[in-house]
Amino acid sequence: MTVAVIQFGGSNCDRDAVRALEHLGIDAERVWHEDGLPADATGIVLPGGFSYGDYLRAGAMAARSPIMGDVRDAAAEGTPVLGVCNGAQVGCESGLTEGAFTTNESARFQCEHVFLRVENAETPWTAAYEEGDVIELPIAHGEGRFELSEDRYETLVEEDRILFRYCDAEGNVTPEANPNGSRGNVAGVRGEFENVGVLMPHPERASLPDLNASTDGAGVLRGFEGI
Amino acid sequence: MTTYTATVTVRLKRGVLDPEAETTKRALERLGFELEALRSADQFEVDVDATSASDAEDRADEMAQRLLANPTIHDYDVDVTEA
Repeated sequence: MTVAVIQFGGSNCDRDAVRALEHLGIDAERVWHEDGLPADATGIVLPGGFSYGDYLRAGAMAARSPIMGDVRDAAAEGTPVLGVCNGAQVGCESGLTEGAFTTNESARFQCEHVFLRVENAETPWTAAYEEGDVIELPIAHGEGRFELSEDRYETLVEEDRILFRYCDAEGNVTPEANPNGSRGNVAGVRGEFENVGVLMPHPERASLPDLNASTDGAGVLRGFEGI
Repeated sequence: MTTYTATVTVRLKRGVLDPEAETTKRALERLGFELEALRSADQFEVDVDATSASDAEDRADEMAQRLLANPTIHDYDVDVTEA
């Protein structure tokens, strides 16, 4: 009953993820990618950071490391997989989720708090919320602009695979509330099946009291509960 | 076997925003240059031993598909010459 938080060279949110999960009563441990996925892993976190120095494209190298074959197999069998920030980039680069997270419209690294509107509350990652809820999480990324062809984007919308969109404090999805130029203000999506979710904002940085003004991110991590 | 150099050029698909190119364009304009547009691209030179140029091209093409380019946002082309 342990969530494996996979540590690549250059991951730096792995400890935060373990601490936040354990605070919620969810067993978690860091797993070095070269050691392979433990057979008893009941969930997987692809954490934030700068795996392989963001060489080539953020997430490109980690997405092709051997452990990702194990992760894809586990995901196909229904194991919950959550990708956060660099982990979201790894998720898209590995084909676990559609689209690409690429250079922010501003061409700058952005570290700020954002508001997100819950678009689909019927997934493990959003079940703690109601559709339309507004939550506050921090972002910290230079390559977080969600890109996808228009027709594939329409398909994601039709299949209700958008988890979160950037919005203002009232829940209005506007261009002004879009921090990085993401198509459709998309901040997070699920994979073909709902057990795989990725998002650029950091729920693990907004889960512990006394650390952050918001603990809204705990609901995302509760997707691992009951496994 | 002959050694070939496969040059793989990876560029953003038309219509995909390129903020770094936009920033570079503005910097050139600040230096006094006049330009209409600027596009950036990544170029990789891959040396491979192959039985023919088309074999070398096929292999470089697969490298581009599987790693060097991201098909969601990139187009690429491959040019092969004898090294």
